[in-house]
This record gives sequence, structure tokens and C-alpha cells, in this order.
Amino acid sequence: MQPDLHDIDVTVNGTRHRRSVEGRMLLSDFLRHELMLAGTHVGCEHGVCGACTVLFDGLPVRSCLMFAVQAGGHELTTIEGLAPGGELQPIQQAMHEHHGLQCGYCTPGILMTMTAFLKDNPEPSEDEVREALSGNLCRCTGYQNIVKAVMAAAQMREGLAP
Amino acid sequence: MTTRFFGAPVKRNEDRKLLTGQALFVDDVELPGMLHVAFLRAQVAHARIIAIDVSAALKRPGVIAVYVAGDFGPYWQPGPLLVPPPPIPGITFNQRTQVPLARDKVRNVGEPLAIVVAESRYIAEDALDDIAVELEMLSAVVDIERALQAGQPCVHDDLGSNVAAHVHQSKGNYRKAAAKADLILKRRFYYEHGISSPIETRGVVAQWNARSQQMTIWDTTQAPVFIRNGLAAMLGLGERQVRVIAPFVGGGFGPKIMMFYPEEVALPWISMRLNRPVKWIEDRLEHFFATTHERGQIHDAEIALTRDGSILGVKDVFLHDTGAYNPYGLTVPINSQCTLLGPYVIPAYDSTFTAVFTNLPIVTPYRGAGRQHGVFVIERLLDLAAHELGIDPAEIRRRNLIPPDAFPFDNEIIYQDFQPLQYDSGNYEPVLDKALAAIGYQDFIGRVQPAFRNQGRTVGIAVACYVEGTGIGPYEGAKVQVQSNGKVSVATGIGTQGQGHFTSFAQIVADALGVDVTEVDIVTGDTDQFYWGAGTFASRGAVVAGNAINEAAHAVRKKALKLASDLFECSEDDLVLADGRVSITGIPDKFIRLGELAQRANPMRGAVKPGTEPGLESTQYFGPSGGATANGVHAAIVEVDPLTFDMKILKYVVAHDCGTVINPMILEGQIQGGVAQGIGNAFYEKLCFDDQGQLLNASLADYLLPTSLEVPHIELHHTVTPSPLNPLGIKGAGEAGAIPVGPLIAQAIEDALDLKRRKIELLEIPLSPSRLFELIRKVAT
Repeated sequence: MQPDLHDIDVTVNGTRHRRSVEGRMLLSDFLRHELMLAGTHVGCEHGVCGACTVLFDGLPVRSCLMFAVQAGGHELTTIEGLAPGGELQPIQQAMHEHHGLQCGYCTPGILMTMTAFLKDNPEPSEDEVREALSGNLCRCTGYQNIVKAVMAAAQMREGLAP
Repeated sequence: MTTRFFGAPVKRNEDRKLLTGQALFVDDVELPGMLHVAFLRAQVAHARIIAIDVSAALKRPGVIAVYVAGDFGPYWQPGPLLVPPPPIPGITFNQRTQVPLARDKVRNVGEPLAIVVAESRYIAEDALDDIAVELEMLSAVVDIERALQAGQPCVHDDLGSNVAAHVHQSKGNYRKAAAKADLILKRRFYYEHGISSPIETRGVVAQWNARSQQMTIWDTTQAPVFIRNGLAAMLGLGERQVRVIAPFVGGGFGPKIMMFYPEEVALPWISMRLNRPVKWIEDRLEHFFATTHERGQIHDAEIALTRDGSILGVKDVFLHDTGAYNPYGLTVPINSQCTLLGPYVIPAYDSTFTAVFTNLPIVTPYRGAGRQHGVFVIERLLDLAAHELGIDPAEIRRRNLIPPDAFPFDNEIIYQDFQPLQYDSGNYEPVLDKALAAIGYQDFIGRVQPAFRNQGRTVGIAVACYVEGTGIGPYEGAKVQVQSNGKVSVATGIGTQGQGHFTSFAQIVADALGVDVTEVDIVTGDTDQFYWGAGTFASRGAVVAGNAINEAAHAVRKKALKLASDLFECSEDDLVLADGRVSITGIPDKFIRLGELAQRANPMRGAVKPGTEPGLESTQYFGPSGGATANGVHAAIVEVDPLTFDMKILKYVVAHDCGTVINPMILEGQIQGGVAQGIGNAFYEKLCFDDQGQLLNASLADYLLPTSLEVPHIELHHTVTPSPLNPLGIKGAGEAGAIPVGPLIAQAIEDALDLKRRKIELLEIPLSPSRLFELIRKVAT
């Protein structure tokens, strides 16, 4: 049986990639094992844990629930693209300051989800943060320090705003 | 020592890599020519294997090899017994360890039957469907009480029963103690712990290099040194030929230490056979069956007390589900048996358990490791006794606490580390006081709760105590080395799964050597970097490896000062080691950098003096004489919806004593995470098996890990009673948060819904809205 290949043209973290992929290849596998962007982690492969979240034209999506072909013609941002030039974004800095990560496996998905959330809701209440975070599972932290970090990042972003 | 990092909330060294997607996890290992492995797993719990036909799978394009048990030849062996049973007189222990691939019989859903190796994981999984398996179905052993009845099928036919172990331990004379009691209460308790479910599943990459005769294995293990030694022996290689790397590991919580998982045995063998690197990453569905669980026990327990609430004795007979095999020996049920005694003076104790084989996945320790089960029994017994005797639940606990002058306190039975269960130190009453003050106990009972009741709100309070035996032996070691660039490298044999070792260990070294904490690089989990060690388990990393690192760092400090004193021709007493250099007191301009000293310690000419050694480095080991006993009290205020039985935790307080604290920020994180897992265990997470051993909720959509909406803010308070068993005075803290949550939630819900008045007792965990509905309806009708 010949594999069912499709040409795609996708921009990830500002770099354009033209590849031929099998129709059934998951976007998460494509990012991790074809583009070697292994910072996007896979936790459940059924869209529950949120570890594989990336930004798809700026919106958070679960890359384990999409096929790579669906990304053709779109712009993606992964954890590797969050701090271009190496300077940590407020959300990354705040996670460090407030001990919002332990094993760090769920962290990339949480950073991508919260990046999109803070863009939509720059001054969230704690309840809103908890609601927005509830689609990402973390087994280490008990969430308290992640919530703290997101609240702090919102304030840092406010300080940075022109 | 001018800078003091030890004890400070130092931010973590490891964060940057993790926050930017640059940390290496096992599935991130990509090697040229790598093949991918998928396992065909049994879909039934108990069956005899008649035939497995792999011929169609072998014909599929992209498939390189397919293996069944027979292909392994003499390499097919049952796994080792990871922890032999402790030396308890009269013990029965029937060892039956897991096999790499099922050969004659399937003993649990998920047990591997065949292995496909292919060019991609996609193709490997396609080929699983090509394999034809013929089985003779057998009735499954699922219920641990029925498993022991005559005429039941046997998980291991040659054994003639399903008894995995039988253990009796006692202290004092319970019968005599009970004869003097004013009150004896007897109940049956059910406690089930679930699965650890780290967000990273397990995985193995193995690479055999035929030219160099070297095997490299990347493994999500908590115990790389044991994995290396065991695999080297199995593969017929020297230990120097095998390197096991446990890189960043995405959570462990216990089940990532198991010797050996079938996949750990199979992949290196396949890599040697095919001379290609191979990778297997567990998917989430596999994780529910292929990674070990903890699961359930049934306790028939009774407590004997005086009228004033003093405990005279406890008797407990319990059954423990060990699953299809028992490679981890008796660690879990022994922990239950020992930890039941808690922080209380219990003069007489009589405890018997039977471990039972079932056709369910293997049970090994998961954070708490059986301690939860024991703590649930004693804490619930005290709640029931308090109610009967008209004593406040907090007060009955206070009356029975071990007094501070009674340490070391001997509980006269044998613990999981083979040592007598002796508590090293403790001061329990202040911890209880702190928890009660922080939760506002008296005010809640006297004022707040009646006000809630008037508003029609069902809100309850609870308090639960526990001790945790931590920091057990045998030993850990560390090599501390000042490098020529002035950076300090530390290598230790334990693995790390998010506990902050890259920081807490660096803090110990930074203080000893007068360098910044960011100048200390920690290497864990690479057997080529450090040869010896046991692993990360039993809340022992900081205690055992931490003390080894401390000793090595101080040996290096001594060497540095000696070298500098020779160089400056002055006394060591006149030297200051700070800011990465050694200087002469009062003459800060006269100094030498540590990196330069390291270079001088490895001279190109001249002789190294007899009795000295080159390099500014030291390797030291530390083995504690016994475990250090941490303790704590949790308190909570909980609201339960009387119609839906949903629960909301309004306030959660932990007061805790784990001895000397290295990094309070990391410690708080450990406690918060532990409590979150405890909340999951108490109210959300339940493995639902049918009577044929099928797991009915094997997905994260159906097995409910707590989210940010279920885990409340957790307020933490400390007291510090250093352990006398190690120079740093540390006690372990990794598991504590998870241990007393079950009885706490049960007690709080009972209080919220005023269930005692309705003669309803919550004697089981996990609870859930539906289970509460069932229990309450059963009594109401």
C-alpha cells in the first residue's frame, strides 16, 4: 500500500517549511519528529491533558487532535518560538519566579494556553485564570503556583504595555 | 561562608530549559536509523495462550521484526524480586514476578503478547492488527475476598491458591489491652489508591553500538543504576558496557521505579539483535494497563479505648490486592501496617495481612505507597471513637499524641526498610496547634458553622494527622568536582522527576564551597557520570543524596583550603572561601580562584604528594542507620452540595515538620502537589474494573485527575524538629502531602452533611458525588 502523501506549506515560529506528509500524521508528531521541535510534549493523545497545545494562527489548539495536513497554509507558534532571542516572556519569567513548574512536562502546553488567554484577557481575576487553566492537567504542582504565576505575568505585561 | 543558600527559597536552576522547550525527555531522543516498537497487549485478564500467528504482520511493508516469548530463548526470564520480604518471623511470601512477554498464560489486561518493530510507530501499530491470537478464556480473579475462597481460579496455577503473602506483626498484647477497654469499635474499611498518571508516560530508547560494544539506554526510570546493573547481567554485558540515562523525567511518583518493566527488558535485546536503535513510548491507553497501579485494601479493624479517649490497642486484619505479580515484595502492605500507628501512643497492636494475587495490573508503590490505607483506618477509627465518647475529634487526637520526651519512639515492629519501626524525633503537639489555629477550628465550630447552618449551607471541618517514614537507606553517593573554569560539577546516582534536585543540591554545595548556586551543575540519572546509587523513592532524595553531597562538598572545601594554604604559606584558619575564590583574611587582594586551584590540583610536572590525590574533587557516600520520621496535620473546611453531593474545599491547611528545610519554595511545591494528588484519590480518581478485570475508564476523559478548579489554595505552616540520623537534620517530604487527605475529606463531608446524626459513616475512599448519593440513599430507604 502506498502511503497517502500530501504536500504542505506551513510556517512554524516564523520559519516556512514545505514537507510531504502522510494524511494520518498527527500535527504533534509532525512538529516533534519531523521538524524536531520536541518542546511540544504529548501527554494523552486524546485531547484532555493539554500538554501538546500550540498556537494555530494565534489560537491555542491541541496538536494531538489535528493532522499535520490541516496546518498547511497556517502559522504556528510552539514553545520554541515563545522567547525569540532568548529573553523570557513575562509568563515564562513569572513561572520561574513563582515555582510554577516541577517536572516541567506539562509546562509548554500551559505556557501556550496562558499566552493566548492573557492576550484575550489581560487583567484576569484568579477565578478566570483557574477556569482557563482547567483544560491543562498538571500532576506535580497542584496548580496554586501556576495560578500565582499567571496573575503575576498579567501584572508584568501591564507594566510593559506602552 | 559568606553567602547562605541553604534554607533560602532559591529559584530553580533547571527552569530555563523547561520553560523554553529545550529540556531533553526520553521521547526527544532522535537517532539515525532508529526503529519504532509497539506492543501487542492482552485484551483479556485471564486466558491460556493457544497460538500467536505473526506471519501476516511480518509481511507488512515497513515491518522489520516481530517477536513472541519463544523468540527470546534463554533471555526470557521472570523479573527479579526488587525488594525481598523483610525478616519478620512466620512470614509467608510467594514470589511470582512478571515476565517480558506472556508465554503460556495471560494474567492481566495489558500484559504484552508480541512485539512489532517497524520503520515508524504508525506502521508498528498497523501491524499489531495483523497478529492473530488464539486464547482459551479463563474466569478472572478480580475481587480480593472471593479470590481466597475455595474453588476459585488461580492466577498462578502452580501455587494452588491466590495467597501472595501472609504477615503478622504485633506489639504488646491486644487481647489483654482490649479486656480493659471502656469502648471497642469495629468497622470494615475499603481504601483504594489509584494510578500515578504522570503527564509524561513511560518510554525507553535503546542503542547498541556493535563497533564499540556499548549499550546506551534512555529510560524514564527513577532508579538508573539498578536498571544498568540488571540489564548488563541479563544481556551478558559488563556494567561498564551499559550506560543508562534517565534524562528529564516528566513526573514519576513511584511507578517509574519497577525492575523490570517488560519494555525495559525487550528494547535493549531488540537493539542488539537488529543492531539498530529502537524506541518505544507508552501511549496513554497503554499507561492505564502497562504501568503499575496501587489500588485497594479491605481492613477489618478495631480500636480499644478508655472512657477518656486514650487508645489501649488496635487490631487490624486486612487484605491487599497485589495484582498479577509481586515484584516489589511487600513494601506497600508493610507501609500500611506500619503507618497505621501514626503519631499516637498505641500500646498494643495486632496486625495481620494477606496479600492476594488478582488478574489485574501489578501493584507497586505510588506516592504514599500504602501509607494512605493505614492512615485512613486509624484516623477514621479515632473519628468514630470521638463521636461515641463525646470527645472533640481534634481533642481525641491530642490526648493520644506521642509526647516530645518519648523519642526515639520504638513501635516494636519491622518497617519496609527491614529496620525496627523507630521514630527518630518529633514534637507533635505544636504541629496540631498550628493546624487548628490556621484553620480557625474553635471559631468555626462555635460561630462559623452554626451561621452557615442557619443559611442552609452544609459546611464541615476536619483534621487528620499522620507520620511518614522517609529517607530510608541503603545509601546514595555523590562526586563533587571543581572544574578548571571555576564551575562546580556534582554527579549523583539518583534520578530526578521534578523535585528540584538541580537547585536544592546546588544550594548545599554553594554554601560549602563559597560559590553562587548557579555555578553548580548537578548531573543526576546518568550511570556514566556516577556509578553507584539506589534511586529516587520513599521521600529519600534530599535526605540521603543530599547528605552525601554535603559530605563530598565539605571534603572538597578541605582540599581547597589545604592547597591554598600551601600556596600562600599560611594557616588554613587565615583563609576565606567565598565568591568562587580563596583569599587571605583581611587581604582580599591576595586570592586564588577555585578554577585555578583545580588546575593546580592536577599538575603537569612534579609529584603529587603521597597520601594525596589529584583534582579538586571528592566522592562520598551516605547511608542512614534508619529512616527519618516526618509528621504533619492537615485541616480543611469543605462545603458539600446537599442535592448534587459535589464538594468544594473552602480552606485547606497543612502544618508539617520535615526537619531542616533546604529550600522552602521547593518544599511548598512538593506539599501542594501531594495534596492535589490526595484530593484526586479522595474524591475524583477511581479505577473502575468489571468482574472480568476490564478497566472501564481507561482515558483521562473518564479517569478524573484533579484540575485547577478542584485543587484549592493550600496554606502551609512548618515546625522544624531536625532528624538526628543525618548531619543536615533533613527528613523527607515528597510523599507527605498525599497521605492524610482521604480520611480528612471523609471526616469533613460527614461533618458538612451531619451524617453521624443520620447514622451514616464514610468508611471508604475514593468517594465521589455518585458514591455519596448511593451511600446516603441506601441508609435513607
